[in-house]
Amino acid sequence: MAEQMTGAEMVIQALQDQGVEHIFGYPGGAVLPMYDAIFQQDKIQHILVRHEQGATHMAEGYARSTGKPGVVLVTSGPGATNAVTGLTDALMDSIPMVCITGQVATTLIGSDAFQECDTVGITRSCTKHNYLVKRVEDLPRVLHEAFMIATTGRPGPVVIDIPKDVQFALGTYAKPSFGGQHTSYNPAREGDIEAIRAAVDMMLKAERPVFYTGGGVINSGPEASENLRELAELTGFPVTSTLMGLGAFPASSGQWLGMLGMHGTYEANMAMHDCDLMICIGARFDDRITGRIDAFSPGSRKIHVDIDLASINKNIMVDLPIVGDSGLVMEEMIRIWRTRTNEPRTEAIRPWLAQIDKWRAVNSLAFTNSDTVIKPQFAIQRLYQAVRDRDVYITTEVGQHQMWAAQHFHFDKPNRWMTSGGLGTMGYGLPAAVGVQVAHPDALVIDIAGEASVQMTMQEMSTAVQYNLPIKVFILNNEYMGMVRQWQELLHGGRYAHSYSESLPDFVKLAEAFGGKGIRCSDPAALDGAIQEMLDYDGPVLFDCRVSREENCFPMIPSGKAHNEMILPDTADIGNIIDEQGKMLV
Amino acid sequence: MKANLQPSGSVYFAPPESGAPERHTLTVLVENEPGILARIAGLFSARGYNIDSLTVSETEHDRHRSRITIVTIASPKVLQQIKLQLERLVPVHRVHDLTEEGKSLERELALVKVSGKGDARIETLRLADAFRAQVVDASTESFVFEVTGKPAKIEQFIALMAPLGLVEVVRTGVAAISRGAEGM
Repeated sequence: MAEQMTGAEMVIQALQDQGVEHIFGYPGGAVLPMYDAIFQQDKIQHILVRHEQGATHMAEGYARSTGKPGVVLVTSGPGATNAVTGLTDALMDSIPMVCITGQVATTLIGSDAFQECDTVGITRSCTKHNYLVKRVEDLPRVLHEAFMIATTGRPGPVVIDIPKDVQFALGTYAKPSFGGQHTSYNPAREGDIEAIRAAVDMMLKAERPVFYTGGGVINSGPEASENLRELAELTGFPVTSTLMGLGAFPASSGQWLGMLGMHGTYEANMAMHDCDLMICIGARFDDRITGRIDAFSPGSRKIHVDIDLASINKNIMVDLPIVGDSGLVMEEMIRIWRTRTNEPRTEAIRPWLAQIDKWRAVNSLAFTNSDTVIKPQFAIQRLYQAVRDRDVYITTEVGQHQMWAAQHFHFDKPNRWMTSGGLGTMGYGLPAAVGVQVAHPDALVIDIAGEASVQMTMQEMSTAVQYNLPIKVFILNNEYMGMVRQWQELLHGGRYAHSYSESLPDFVKLAEAFGGKGIRCSDPAALDGAIQEMLDYDGPVLFDCRVSREENCFPMIPSGKAHNEMILPDTADIGNIIDEQGKMLV
Repeated sequence: MKANLQPSGSVYFAPPESGAPERHTLTVLVENEPGILARIAGLFSARGYNIDSLTVSETEHDRHRSRITIVTIASPKVLQQIKLQLERLVPVHRVHDLTEEGKSLERELALVKVSGKGDARIETLRLADAFRAQVVDASTESFVFEVTGKPAKIEQFIALMAPLGLVEVVRTGVAAISRGAEGM
């Protein structure tokens, strides 16, 4: 078993032993030995990015669409600092990632050497854990431990900083040892059975129940989504989900309420507000979800299933916490539920379901369509209709288009929706789409983008072209940073300070310059044909979809308001809705 | 909008913290690896928690484990978060709240430099004796005392020295351990 090799070879060997097939990276002085080791093998494919931030988002898209950890390799100094945004994004959204950074030689650390930075210091607060490996003897253990930490418990990014002399040093490699327990890191997996029994008791008595699910269900794996479907069917309870959890429960189900939160549906938010039992599974009561905390679901008892103990009672006090893997906890809930009854409670909660139907009838996602300009919501609806029968993976950037995608594109499977939720990183979607396409070369991968966000990481089009990754970038171009403009309309008297996208590039020519295809459409009648042209093209496409410029994203829970104080699309004067105190908030 | 609600610094109006801030002493068993102290200090600053005192030293050399004693002041809800966030750190083995568990011992050591002449010097020595402070350095114009005890005792000693010619103080911060036969 024991094998002599250099530190650089150990890294590549460990990646192979961990089942890694693709890594996203960018070479530089401090990682040359590892690149040399990559050159001399063919089991792992390296994807050369154009900017290290792109590598991290590709790894995120790869991870979220496969359930496997994404792996990033970058050099010291600027390589590491450029990765910080993606690391933070992965931390906020609980994405498993291992990021290997080169470092100057141990003898130079602290001397302000060329391309030196304090990588572990800088990334300490934006990783789940990080390491500076100063001795080659520690490297095999750290490499395997990093994968274990990144993928277990609440997943997250792990950085391994490896000085150049350690990459050259000879040492003894060890394969990952299975069953070896970490001394101080032992995340819970199975929930407390008594607590789960108590949860089922509460569910059996509930009159106005709602499942509030999140990204934890996706992270737990496809079985967890199956369990959620089964649990919903067994109980007959309605289901809503956070942005991160879309796809875990099928949008085509009659029990689906749509997304909840700041831009969630009326029925989802009203159900959250008026329920008597909230069953939160793998979500964390984020501020985009809760609205005003003191007015959050005032009449409900709350069950919170989360693998992260520190998420319990952080924002909202709950009545029954269950710490464990959401999939396993739901499996137990199903088992115990079956011992108690064989009937869903659909009849018992009939008045509640009738109430929900009334809220549904408000049709909070409605918008006024137009014959002359493309409405952004209409564009997403047409895109959805064109691809709904295919296995499609959607990524997004951040802003209005992201919310419209969440509202108007519908998901029936997990791992099909990649978006930056917690950190809200503009520029996430294009590289994430590249990462998804690397993992699923034959699938249809679409980045629903905004013209402002997509320019932040546009250079990765070059990566897509290099590796023949036929991603489709569907840009809703309203020539504004739309969400910023909407908030300026809401909060600042319509003074659109610096939210207008001046001097936009010609996206068609830009696509062609990269070696892809560009399509432009501004006519609602021509939209379907243009979308079909995009889908038919075998290669990367930038689709410049010119949409109405000052459309607002509704419904919306404004800052400082409760779930039952939503702004619906027909509200006339949105400039006076938020009071002075509310304007203080983000 | 209720008048007593203030922007929480986050997006929404958090209700005022229920429960007055309490002073708690936490003892934390950690792997003594590079950066562990920065990790813990960084957690406190990043999440806006408050550190009143922090002491750290390796206590099990063969297993490379350190004990960290943290004194913090926070509302019960925030205290709960502090403990859980600490436990979440990979190199942290266990976190105990000695204040909550009751029956614990807290000790701190201070070195106190006092200068003076004549009667003040005599009074200084008399008080030092009452506090069982040791003279660890002396000159014709000054003393350095070593005093050990609960933080309150040290505060009191320093307060008494102030009018007698207190020059400067250094304190170790609190080390704490539970009473009785049980270990952590």
